[in-house]
Amino acid sequence: MKHYSIFLILFLIIGCSSNVSPVDDGLDKQIFHFGNGSEPQGIDPHIVTGVPEHHILISLCEGLTIPNAFDDDNLPGAAESWSVSDDGKTYIFKLRKNGKWSNGDPVTAEDFVWSWQRILTASLGSQYPDMLYYLEGAQEYHTGLNDDFSSVGVKALDNYTLEVKLKAPTPFFTGLLSHYSTWPVHKETVLKHGSIDDRNGEWTRPGNFVCNGAFNLKSWELNNKIVVEKNPMYWDASTVKLNEIHYYPVSNVMTEDRMFRAGQLHVTSTLPSQKCPVYLEENNPDLRIDPYMGTYFYRLNTTNPYLSDVKVRKALAYSIDRKLLVEKVTKCGQIPAYSFTPPGSNGYEPTTSIPFDPDLAKQLLIEAGFNSENKFPKLEILFNTNEDHRKIALAIQQMWQQNLGIEVELVNQDWKVYLSREMVGDFQVSRAGWIGDYEDPNTFLDLMRPNRGNNKTGWEDASYDSLMAKANSTNNQTERYELLDEAEKILIENMPIIPLYTYVRSYQLSPDVKGYNPHILDHHHPKFIYLERD
Amino acid sequence: MLNIFIRRLLLAIPVLLAVASLTFFLIKLAPGGPFDADKAVSPQVLKNLNEAYNLDASEWEQYVDYMSGILRGDFGPSFRFPGRSVSEMIATGLPVTFELAFYAILIALLIGVSSGVLAALKRNTYLDFIPMAIAMIGICVPTFLMGPLLVLIFGINLEVLPVSGWGQLPGDKILPSITLGFAYAAYIARLSRGGMLEVLNQDFIRTARAKGLTERNVVIKHAMQGGLIPVVSFLGPAIAGLLAGSFVVETIFQIPGLGRFYVEAAFNRDYTMILGTTIFFSAMIVFFNLLSDLAAMWLNPRSRDIS
Repeated sequence: MKHYSIFLILFLIIGCSSNVSPVDDGLDKQIFHFGNGSEPQGIDPHIVTGVPEHHILISLCEGLTIPNAFDDDNLPGAAESWSVSDDGKTYIFKLRKNGKWSNGDPVTAEDFVWSWQRILTASLGSQYPDMLYYLEGAQEYHTGLNDDFSSVGVKALDNYTLEVKLKAPTPFFTGLLSHYSTWPVHKETVLKHGSIDDRNGEWTRPGNFVCNGAFNLKSWELNNKIVVEKNPMYWDASTVKLNEIHYYPVSNVMTEDRMFRAGQLHVTSTLPSQKCPVYLEENNPDLRIDPYMGTYFYRLNTTNPYLSDVKVRKALAYSIDRKLLVEKVTKCGQIPAYSFTPPGSNGYEPTTSIPFDPDLAKQLLIEAGFNSENKFPKLEILFNTNEDHRKIALAIQQMWQQNLGIEVELVNQDWKVYLSREMVGDFQVSRAGWIGDYEDPNTFLDLMRPNRGNNKTGWEDASYDSLMAKANSTNNQTERYELLDEAEKILIENMPIIPLYTYVRSYQLSPDVKGYNPHILDHHHPKFIYLERD
Repeated sequence: MLNIFIRRLLLAIPVLLAVASLTFFLIKLAPGGPFDADKAVSPQVLKNLNEAYNLDASEWEQYVDYMSGILRGDFGPSFRFPGRSVSEMIATGLPVTFELAFYAILIALLIGVSSGVLAALKRNTYLDFIPMAIAMIGICVPTFLMGPLLVLIFGINLEVLPVSGWGQLPGDKILPSITLGFAYAAYIARLSRGGMLEVLNQDFIRTARAKGLTERNVVIKHAMQGGLIPVVSFLGPAIAGLLAGSFVVETIFQIPGLGRFYVEAAFNRDYTMILGTTIFFSAMIVFFNLLSDLAAMWLNPRSRDIS
């Protein structure tokens, strides 16, 4: 009897519940339900790192420029216009006179100066100060070589004019300004809840938070939901159509998929990889596969006695069938990669190639001194525990075994163990991925310069470094791209990394969502997004 | 009974201190640190971060600092979530986890005890076999399969219940509570059946029946008191297990409970968060074990006499 009473209660509750899904309800109220991957670390733009944090911050704060909804050059943000000196080293930004913080205070040039001083203050422990290292004296100030901030190349000429002096012409500088680390924070609010270098100040809590974006922080329930509401003080409030955005930290991709199917989300952060081919076959209209500025690659530890030989590294690279990999293993529209920088990054088209030629690969291995008598020792592929990485590693294992006769062992480790092994060079081959921070080949190629913390391969090349330095000191974009292409050729010729494929952004989007256009960095400014049913 | 209670509570203090100390040194042995990230930070930044969180001090100094902190009730700041203290995060997740555990245990008891008692009373009939077969399935089917199955049926196909959330949409607490409760209902059903069968064969039940008591009175007043002792003993560890092990259900249903913080803290090497939650869950386990022991003693006159 008790069984029946439980079901009775169940059906009573169900009967009483309303059948309007959040997606339907959101359409009427212009509430955008957003699957946001994981719980954000925080919303202090100078402290946090990561994609979920960016999704929230782009609605709350605004830098000098904002991403273009049509994947073109950045649009004016807090700055209404800017000019660049002939040598490309001095930028003058004119700030909007109607730019306001969410508490009504005007957004001034001094706010940017103070904000940039904050991120460059070493004791704050920001993880992105290098985004401003392009400024004169910024690196010196951050590393303690100089403690006078007036020596750093940023100055408020008046309330609404900001002068920025760079060390070298940096054509991607305005693109860089759409990265949250360069965004302003409200000085009085930050100082009310702590000092300039306080990481733990409570100024980011609902009720305390003040910023200059299109939305205001309304509520924040840990691990549950963050709600932002339209900011009436925003200079372009009339363009903003959404009333609220609800961000859900759904870390489980299957849960997110189910939430989308049940009408609880308008957009998902990603897609379970096994579902992508199914949705593709079904022609699922909600499936979106957009270009993405990221490369999946394998790092080779060039300090390893066997992998220090470039012929071995090339043999490994030439024996991988990338086309087969994306068609039979990843199966979600990924593009085989023949360069480190994804093609088309802000007009840059690398001319490098990596052949799939097992015979040549075998020949190279023989030239390196390995044959049927002197067999190549067992290789290890290190990857962080993840089913997708395992599938790819299994395919590569088979290709190397089949094409080169090399025995390969797969080693999967917990994320932090994997990172720490990569960092100390305790690996032979390790899987890696890199997503561009800004839309320029420099965000990839700079990685492989000597002494860069993310190089991790032990590879150094003076000619590569000087080409990179030369490219970054010229103000001529055509010449610059030619130099970068030359550098890229050196990289691919030396093969300290093996590019495998170019990422795509695969996710589900409700047809009600308008203005959510593909963007190579996956930046979508919420002021261009609205909900409408066809 | 009060003496036992106080003695056991005092014994819990060294247990918790040992747990805290062991965890403190064990987590430091795990490779990787809280600030390791895909995009590696520069040595300068890492130094600044270590200074900010006192990680540049010696292990011993950090230990003394941490232990004196927890004695004052301060579990420190979270490394993963700047601006959040561990105590605050526990306080946020705990009510949700408690609520989920409460509903789950309620469902488990309701289904488990009623079907277990029924099976014992109707031994070797279909009323015994069917609930026990279902119970066996409940024990065997893990929550990570049961949860998505229920979601597919009730959330996506029938569209009668939300597929995730907690207190966001009407009825969104039903599926997670059933998922978590069902596994425990299965255990409880088998335990109650076993306990009841043992008691129903004893002399005092025969005496009760001989006195002319109704079957209803025999079962409820006499048999169940002894027959459910195994269930009561099981409840202590079960509640502790429900609290600490609700991670899977919390993840499947997107519930903002403490279990998710706990497991994610371990992956993130959020040292203070791992320590805080471990100490907290240990305290819960000790406390609920003590409660269930006391309840079992109260129900069972023999163990009361021994004590």
